Amino acid sequence: MAKIFAVTIVLIAIGSAIPIVMNTWHLPEDISTHGPLIDEQYADTMVEAGVSFLASQFLLAFFIWKFSSVKPGTKTRNFPGGAMGLVIAAFLLVGTEVLALGVFGAKAWASVYFTPAAANAMPVQVQAGQFAFYFRYPGPDGKFGPLHPDQINEANANFFGLDTSHDQDSKDDIVTAEMAIPVNREILLLMHSKDLGHSFFVPELRVQQDFVPGLDLSIHFTATKVGKYEIVCTQLCGLGHYNMKAYLEVMSQGDFDNWLKQQAALQ
Amino acid sequence: MHDPAAHAVQHAAPTSFIRKHIFSLDHKVIGKQYYALALVAVVWGMVLSWLMRIHLGWGNYAIPGLHWLSSTGAPGNIMTPEYYLQLMTMHGTIMVFFVLTTAPFAAFGNFFLPIQVGAEDMPFPHFNMMSFWVTFVAFVVLVASFFVGDGPSLGGWTQYAPLSAVGSVAGPGEGLGVVLWATSIAIFCVGQLLGSLNFITTTLDMRTRGMSLMRLPLSAWAWFITSVMGLTAFAVLMPACILLILDHVAGTSFFVSSNEVINSQVLPHSGGSTLLWQHLFWFFGHPEVYIAILPGMGIVSHVLITNMRKPMLSHRVLIYSMGSLAVLSYMVYGHHMFVSGMNPFSSLAFSFPTLIITIPSTIVVLIWLGSLYGSKLRINTASLFALGFISMFISGGISGFFLAQPSIDIMLHATYFVVGHFHLVMAVAAIFGIFSGTYFWFPKMRGRMLNETLGKLHFWLTFVGAYCIFMPFHYLGIAANVRRYQAFTDDYLVPLIPVHKFITIAALLTGLSQLIFIYNLIHSYFAGKPAADNPWEGTSLEWSTATPPPHNNFGDKMPVVYHDPYQYSVEGTGADFVMQTSPEPVNNPREEK
Repeated sequence: MAKIFAVTIVLIAIGSAIPIVMNTWHLPEDISTHGPLIDEQYADTMVEAGVSFLASQFLLAFFIWKFSSVKPGTKTRNFPGGAMGLVIAAFLLVGTEVLALGVFGAKAWASVYFTPAAANAMPVQVQAGQFAFYFRYPGPDGKFGPLHPDQINEANANFFGLDTSHDQDSKDDIVTAEMAIPVNREILLLMHSKDLGHSFFVPELRVQQDFVPGLDLSIHFTATKVGKYEIVCTQLCGLGHYNMKAYLEVMSQGDFDNWLKQQAALQ
Repeated sequence: MHDPAAHAVQHAAPTSFIRKHIFSLDHKVIGKQYYALALVAVVWGMVLSWLMRIHLGWGNYAIPGLHWLSSTGAPGNIMTPEYYLQLMTMHGTIMVFFVLTTAPFAAFGNFFLPIQVGAEDMPFPHFNMMSFWVTFVAFVVLVASFFVGDGPSLGGWTQYAPLSAVGSVAGPGEGLGVVLWATSIAIFCVGQLLGSLNFITTTLDMRTRGMSLMRLPLSAWAWFITSVMGLTAFAVLMPACILLILDHVAGTSFFVSSNEVINSQVLPHSGGSTLLWQHLFWFFGHPEVYIAILPGMGIVSHVLITNMRKPMLSHRVLIYSMGSLAVLSYMVYGHHMFVSGMNPFSSLAFSFPTLIITIPSTIVVLIWLGSLYGSKLRINTASLFALGFISMFISGGISGFFLAQPSIDIMLHATYFVVGHFHLVMAVAAIFGIFSGTYFWFPKMRGRMLNETLGKLHFWLTFVGAYCIFMPFHYLGIAANVRRYQAFTDDYLVPLIPVHKFITIAALLTGLSQLIFIYNLIHSYFAGKPAADNPWEGTSLEWSTATPPPHNNFGDKMPVVYHDPYQYSVEGTGADFVMQTSPEPVNNPREEK
């Protein structure tokens, strides 16, 4: 029984590792400039976690195999080095491991959050609400008009609560249901929640950030590959949460300019 | 430490059925009541998970009879999107609070802590009785929410504001459902606070003669540390729930900010903080993870030592490690909030303690592994589940390396990777601890043995099944499969549905195999082989009293303790173990005084 158990543990450990080692399961393709640091951090962690996982499961299996069928009369023995050796090993090995992960991970995190967006980054506003995203581009004046929550009217498609009759800056704002951005251009995404907690997750962009009602946040990123990607909500926001999504189209600068003109004409 | 000779039995043995079995003051009856409550809760929670899994694999499948549970939630027996979320919320809440907190801590702790310290009962038996019945009322209130208005809350067991705070305008179950949820949990907190007070005072004040703190078994230490955590963590959750209720019924805005617009209407709230709930909840929520798992660590250590026929490499190192886990657990809660909109500097500040907490966790695992070395391991159902616990704890714990780092959390947050991680490390591992404790202690609790053959069959199906369910969750998470979706309609998620079907089948089969356990439990309860006083040749105090223990635990004479709890394979003695109560001198320089 014990030996079958030991073999089962080994088989489960190897079986769990195969899809990762064979790269059957991997992170989605990265299309961001900040992504490689995150992916490297992920890969390093996978190696360290993978080795720890396999080593400890194998050790568990080996000890179960070896010490479950000792001959009667055998004396129990203590692990060489005793508890103190293991404590020192845990501090040195795991301590170094987590310190390294922590320090390098902090670098990856800092590259996303501690570096301000470039002055010429293109601003786009995204508003999350049950259960849709809407996007706003500032138009030729480069300025967003103010939001008036009391003027939000979905029946009239005034999703942001803009007052175009009084606010000069709002007049040329372009509101869309899908997001398009030019490739290789830094985007400053201004995040606003209309109602509840939501999240903006584009796996390929290596971006996930919650919307906080009452607290407008911003993130910035640069997409490096033309294509169509999905934006999904990852913060439970009600019954339609699973269906809260939008598309992100990364376009060449020329295509983007044309797209924006078309959208402006539709306002 | 009290003097047993000067201490009279606190309450006489009851004679009426009600005082004996229902409103009992006896910690052993209360322990069994907690166990029964956890059993009912776990069956209900598991059925909910089956319904969810079937829906995720085959969304249009009509589940026979589901409309009886809710005609609006499952018209034509097909689950609505909101009903999926409502069942999910109830699954999480029932499992975390009424199973993972009650069974390993309140059930086993109530029964065995007083016996292991050598006391005749807990110091406040009325509080103890109240703690169970208050918990029972909390469960009734939670289950009641299935049958009121538009059903239970759909906000998840974390109940994030403002979804949970703005009322029914946010969706089904977000009105009365949330009020009942918060009421239930606030009541539950009262029960846990009363229980924790009893556990702490039992450990500190009720130890028998000779029972120094270091002579307490590891299970007793785990319950003691857990009770200290319970006292501080539930004391924060309870007021948080009260504030949440006030946002619903008193027009306050603790968790709702200004200018929130739903259905083109500005909500009548202003000035609250939506992140405040997350801070309060996770200040409780992360210690709660350790409240669920620490008793399992203690139980598994206790069971393993008995079956290894040797003590752990170091009694003290395990105790200090469990203590460090408890202290650190309050400093890491922000890792649930890396992408919440919290200051990104705070994310780094929470990341480092989260990484550091792996050091005491690793020490515990290494001590277990190192202690297995050179042992005379006995394989029985209890030790199999204990070893399975270690395997699950390793698997679930190691994925924490990823989630502890905010930069990687950008990719894995709110995905099935997290679901796989926490299910393995705190749910499956804790459940393995409960099973291990059950197979080990059932003979003492009931006076009859559980069937070992059925037990081993149960173990094998559960061990393999649990890995089949929870390992693939990690792969899905790596592929950015978002959690808490009732259907996978996104282009990149559709190809993942076959994996969900596999998991569903594994979950149904693993769930079904639990019927073997339930059968074994019920059958052995009435017709199991009679158990000896010390069937596993253990050394701690529960094995030196009768099976099942008498009303005052030790009969006429309170035990006197001469040894530390794990004197196994000691040279120069006849048997391979020396009971804690044996006055026989032992020549063991490592013995705890």
